[in-house]
Amino acid sequence: MADRAFKITPLIRAGFGAVLLLLALIIVPLAALLWRAETPAALGAADWAAVRFTLLQAAISAGISVGLAVPVARALARRRFVGRGLLITLLGAPFILPVIVAVLGLLAVFGRSGILSTMLGWIGLPPVHIYGLHGVVLAHVFFNLPLATRLILQGWLAIPAERFRLAASLGFGSRDVARVLEYPMLRSTLPGAFMVIFLICMTSFAVVLALGGGPKATTVELAIYQAFRFDFDLGRAALLAGLQFTLGAIAAGVMLRVSVPSTMGGGLDRTVERWDVSAGWRDALLLGAVALFLIVPLGMILMDGLPYVFSLPTSVYQAAGRSLAVAMVSMVISTGLALLLALLVVRLRRGALLVESIGYITLAASPLVIGAGLFIVLFPLTDPVALALPVTALVNAVMSLPFALRTLVPAVRDVEGTYGRLADSLAMTGWVRMRLVMWPRLRRPLGFSAGLAAALSMGDLGVIALFSDPNGATLPLQMYRLMAAYRMDQAAGAAVLLLGMSLLLFWVFDRGGRADADV
Amino acid sequence: MKTSIFAAGFCVLASVATAETPVLTVYTYDSFVSDWGPGPAVEKAFEATCGCDLQFVGAGDGAALLARIRLEGARTKADVVLGLDTNLTATAAETGLFAPSGIRANYDLPVAWEDTTFVPYDWGYFAFVYDKTKLATPPKGFKALAASDLKIVIQDPRSSTPGLGLLLWVKDAYGDEAPMIWEDLSDNIVTVTKGWSEAYGMFLEGEADMVLSYTTSPAYHLIAEQDDTKAAAPFAEGHYMQIEVAAKLAGTGQPELADKFLQFMVSDGFQSIIPTTNWMYPAITPADGLPDGFETLITPAKSLLVPAGQADALRDAALAEWLTALSK
Repeated sequence: MADRAFKITPLIRAGFGAVLLLLALIIVPLAALLWRAETPAALGAADWAAVRFTLLQAAISAGISVGLAVPVARALARRRFVGRGLLITLLGAPFILPVIVAVLGLLAVFGRSGILSTMLGWIGLPPVHIYGLHGVVLAHVFFNLPLATRLILQGWLAIPAERFRLAASLGFGSRDVARVLEYPMLRSTLPGAFMVIFLICMTSFAVVLALGGGPKATTVELAIYQAFRFDFDLGRAALLAGLQFTLGAIAAGVMLRVSVPSTMGGGLDRTVERWDVSAGWRDALLLGAVALFLIVPLGMILMDGLPYVFSLPTSVYQAAGRSLAVAMVSMVISTGLALLLALLVVRLRRGALLVESIGYITLAASPLVIGAGLFIVLFPLTDPVALALPVTALVNAVMSLPFALRTLVPAVRDVEGTYGRLADSLAMTGWVRMRLVMWPRLRRPLGFSAGLAAALSMGDLGVIALFSDPNGATLPLQMYRLMAAYRMDQAAGAAVLLLGMSLLLFWVFDRGGRADADV
Repeated sequence: MKTSIFAAGFCVLASVATAETPVLTVYTYDSFVSDWGPGPAVEKAFEATCGCDLQFVGAGDGAALLARIRLEGARTKADVVLGLDTNLTATAAETGLFAPSGIRANYDLPVAWEDTTFVPYDWGYFAFVYDKTKLATPPKGFKALAASDLKIVIQDPRSSTPGLGLLLWVKDAYGDEAPMIWEDLSDNIVTVTKGWSEAYGMFLEGEADMVLSYTTSPAYHLIAEQDDTKAAAPFAEGHYMQIEVAAKLAGTGQPELADKFLQFMVSDGFQSIIPTTNWMYPAITPADGLPDGFETLITPAKSLLVPAGQADALRDAALAEWLTALSK
């Protein structure tokens, strides 16, 4: 084992290239902003209050999302039922919705005149008050519980089927299976899932503002907005973005140190069959509740928008086409970068943690700062507007990289840990190794990553809003424009189109990758 | 690598275009250039007379537009910037990037217009919009609103132009009393949103009784949707105005064309497009008058507007008061 020398192969070199690209995307915009800043930057008391609130809501949101996701993923992993595949796909839906659509969907259920308040009214109870920290957390759980579930489900499905078979033949009950097989898996999966969601919630801004109820719920990202647009204080914007990165990096570092790389030992990649599961009413209840929580708001969005989907103006469909192209490019870049990084992380002896962290903290990046920074850099060289779509694709790819990485790193580590020595002894390198050893075992995580990257890019508003050109709008931007023109009905139709396209993209790739393993 | 090829291709295309017809580049906010905004009609009308290629570039909202111009500085490609408002003009003027236009016109604005750099093209009043079928007697001012248990959605002044407008509205109407007004209002505010779209969407979903918007918002519902249930509540202390302006960049390579555009902007051809695309009042009433439906809108008893020179200093103080009052 120790004699496996670290060889600089073209793949490793490309991996280092990917790291450099990421570092450039993180550092260059900050440096550009600082360089253009007219006044020396300083942070005030309000900024620190924003930092505290940001961390607090992110920690609670991530904790609840991940905590709930464990039993949900467990139920999904050990149950077979009609509609399971559909449910798993739908689990991807909230996460890829533009914030405003998701918030309106949630309000249709939990709002002042939402379903819940109406029903409470029937029995003489006051309406629920969704605004405040609990509203923020509710929305973040709605967004992220599904993602957490998928990330943890990946872990469950990575436990070789033979293990469960062996456990069954040894007469293990649920509790023994949990102790011997499931806890070690969770021990290595949970910190990463928590961290990814913590980072997402940390940069959340429109959700926090809409449901937070007022200026008490100020996040660092809003402070960046204010610094940039209200005060045009580029230095402070850069400083705040730097602070956000640092906090993200600390979080990533801590979580990665807590998690233990696991290698389960090899299996024969067979369908998971479980013998330790008895009566399933508890799982059924849980899955039913989660499905209700996720699907009712989505259903309200559908009901609002479906009647208008087929009467949308041509420009909306054109925007949809443009979004599709961006999503495809973004998916290829994201999955490619993630694979290169994952291979590098697994091979590196030292600095693996650092490389992995760099992949994650892009999540703590402020789209506004990246956009403005890239603008400053690109402006002297070329017309940023002409580059709007390529830049959007690249930035979207980097933004979805952490999810791909979260999925691929454990998978690559498992494959290398299990088959690496065998492959080495057979002198399998490069493409042969990729094709014969990696590909069949990475198909599922790759499919999931690709689907998520494509769907996320589809729904992202981020950078395009800064660079937009009237004839080059993406679908989310076009949806906002419809709203600005008071056409809320058509905007709702565009939202449904967006939701449908994102889900379809996710389903196509995820399905392609899932093959027969967990149908 | 791809980037440079892409850029090279773009430059070639751009130079071909300039060789044929002069290009006038106008930076504006996003909703102006959308298919549903004034952009497409304005482009058609102006290009019919100018022998040029009018190109709009969209950049978020008014505040983002100014940030964009400040980022680009003197090297900006923009010849004209359209879509700043009087809350932003002082800051814009300070950059030294804009040149006087010398355009004078008989504006139909509630205030006298003296500025010769920034040319107004439309205006409106901020107002709280409500649903007549759900709210029979709307409050007649901020104090009545604060005393009621009505729920409102407003926008955050740090991320949106209407939010900033409301901040200055309260400050202009109440001066040193403004913090008290905000404190009394705090239990009426359901939530604060990032921008206008979120707030208006939440209002339409029934999350609030009233939403901060414009006195002209009901005109959209009436004219485009034949829905007369929406109305703006007249406030006794007066309504704060938003006057939207455009200006020529000092460094423009097309000064004559830019002037021609600004002149066109205050002509009937442009002004008649505004009411039913931008849903604001035109700066000069078109020859055919305002579209049917506009006569149903409320006319505030008093127009409030902080002079451009003072808006900058006032907004920082007002923001601090707002944050303090609402964080309690």
